[in-house]
Amino acid sequence: MVDYVSTVNPDFSLIAPELALLIAASLVMVFIPWRRMPVLAPGIIMVGFIAAFAYALGQWGHQSSGFAGMVTCDNFGVMFKLIFIVASVLSILLIGQYMKSRGIDKPEFFVLIAISAIGMMAMANTTDLVVMFIGLEVMSLPLYVLAGFNRRSLESNEAGIKYFLMGAFATAFLLMGIAFIYGASGTTNLRQVVTDFNYIAAGRGMYLYAGVAMIMIGFGFKVGAVPFHAWIPDVYHGAPTPVTAFFSVAPKAAAVAVLLRIFLYGFADVALVTKAFWILAVLTMTIGNILALRQDNVKRMLAYSSIAHAGYILVAITVGTQEAISAAIFYVVAYTFFNLGAFAIIALLETRMGAQSEFSELAGLSKSAPWIAVLLAVFMFALSGFPPTVGFFGKFYIFRAAVESNFITLAVIGVLNSFLSVYYYLRVVKTCYFDDVTEAQKPVFVPATVGLALIITTFGTIGLGLFPQQLLDFTRQAIFAFL
Amino acid sequence: MTLDYAIFLISAAVAVFGATMMIMQRNPVASVLYLILSLVAQAVVYVQLGALFLGAILIVVYAGAILVLFLFVIMLLNLRSNPELSASLPPLGWFTKVAVPVLMVVELYFVVDRVIWPPVPTGIVGKNPDFGSVETVATMMFTDYMYPLQLTGVLLLVAVVGAVVIARRESAEPRKTTASPDNRNEQPIDTVAG
Repeated sequence: MVDYVSTVNPDFSLIAPELALLIAASLVMVFIPWRRMPVLAPGIIMVGFIAAFAYALGQWGHQSSGFAGMVTCDNFGVMFKLIFIVASVLSILLIGQYMKSRGIDKPEFFVLIAISAIGMMAMANTTDLVVMFIGLEVMSLPLYVLAGFNRRSLESNEAGIKYFLMGAFATAFLLMGIAFIYGASGTTNLRQVVTDFNYIAAGRGMYLYAGVAMIMIGFGFKVGAVPFHAWIPDVYHGAPTPVTAFFSVAPKAAAVAVLLRIFLYGFADVALVTKAFWILAVLTMTIGNILALRQDNVKRMLAYSSIAHAGYILVAITVGTQEAISAAIFYVVAYTFFNLGAFAIIALLETRMGAQSEFSELAGLSKSAPWIAVLLAVFMFALSGFPPTVGFFGKFYIFRAAVESNFITLAVIGVLNSFLSVYYYLRVVKTCYFDDVTEAQKPVFVPATVGLALIITTFGTIGLGLFPQQLLDFTRQAIFAFL
Repeated sequence: MTLDYAIFLISAAVAVFGATMMIMQRNPVASVLYLILSLVAQAVVYVQLGALFLGAILIVVYAGAILVLFLFVIMLLNLRSNPELSASLPPLGWFTKVAVPVLMVVELYFVVDRVIWPPVPTGIVGKNPDFGSVETVATMMFTDYMYPLQLTGVLLLVAVVGAVVIARRESAEPRKTTASPDNRNEQPIDTVAG
């Protein structure tokens, strides 16, 4: 009799955050028929997220792998787990009021968010391509449903279908890429692929490169890099706004986590990869920013701006040094706060009847809701990268890392793009403060949950902007033990 | 040319033919039938590789259960050839139609070249006589691949939840907005849908 338990090493402490969330989600699912569930569901899921957060914090600093090498627990993964949890919690805080105003407050919503987060954690917490793929699917499937959650809205349905089709397309590429790599190397574990890299590249180089290219395309879709960005504006615009807030941060962070792991840990030696990422980064930044300039809808503008921000992160991936990776993680953390903050305010304004989040609706916001206008301005300044917000330091660290590694052209293009983005972000501020009010402003009611989300995001945006070094040290530790 | 090789070539050709015909058909029922043909041919390839269990599963689960279910759904929905589908495809559509199968063929060639020939020169029996047996697959699944297997369980669970959310009847949503004389008498299925 073979002792399977000790060879497999099913160490459940490695996946404790995932398990906590799964238990919370299952509890909600089992008791959905119960009449009080719509009230209790957010609470139960929140407790799950808090437990997951605590467990994830407990994993910090421990480095081990289990489940026959399928789960790898390191600081890098834990860092991203914390990001996913924060992003999910903030999105859940935004949901209540918005969903009630649309008549779609169903408990399933929280289940979908929680399970999506489980998928993301699984992706960030492994070095095995099979687990990454299944994690990606566990993450994406709830997202497709969430995009189409408002079934009475045609736009939401369109968003769901579009996201589903593009997601399936991306998945096909990714799966083919994994098959190529498996065919070339006979293993799906990145650690093994790296160990045998030169041997495999010598014999089956073409197939290996084809696999790498396809994986790149697959995750290009997920991150929203430019030749693969076409789905983003419609999906972000059509989906319910708190869902868009979730989309713009959490799945992107998950895709970035996997990209960092595959391409920096796995295929760091492939020179073509750097070149491909260089082109992707430049295209993504430039086209995202140029298209954002022309938008008249704030939600659409933020969709294009999220493409541009993916471009800045791709700059860091292109550079690929230790410094750049920690800058990329820093940027993801920073982006989580200020982007969710911006979306929180858009969602809040959309709870007013008939609001479509057009630019014109913002006129006079400084009079009708001065505090909201101030916060919106703070988030816009952060998005465009003004000091002392954390947005400035995010960009600064990435471009500094680029210059230090002699990617001068890339850094210059990035900085020029940031200047370009100032125009459309400040247009929001200008509309709030200086545009003539054409119609009577409806008052803005701030529910406690949204208020809490705004406090957290503002604290993150400004607090981390005042003490960026602490966060940078934290992200440096995250890659210190990059398994 | 050995018999194995000939069988492989025939089944591979049939698989690619079935897959190609599947996307060329305008009638969804014919599409599904071609997909079944393709899957059966793929099962032959699996069996040749020595993966008997996987080959059987492919036929029993995919061709037998899932695609027959597809067939039922399509027939119940009464989808005849869709006039919008018969409109001529834009160039990009044709490009996709050609490029993706070509990629698949390249992949197939390469997987066969790498995975079949070097380790399994005779085609049918590998180094390990247990290769592809139920026991081997089960052992792999519940030891090395236990974590992905459990994760797949979560995937199926969320697929069910998602399907319920999407497919639940409108009457389950708040009455105040959807109430009309037509659906007033319907039972709210909210309570059983979870």
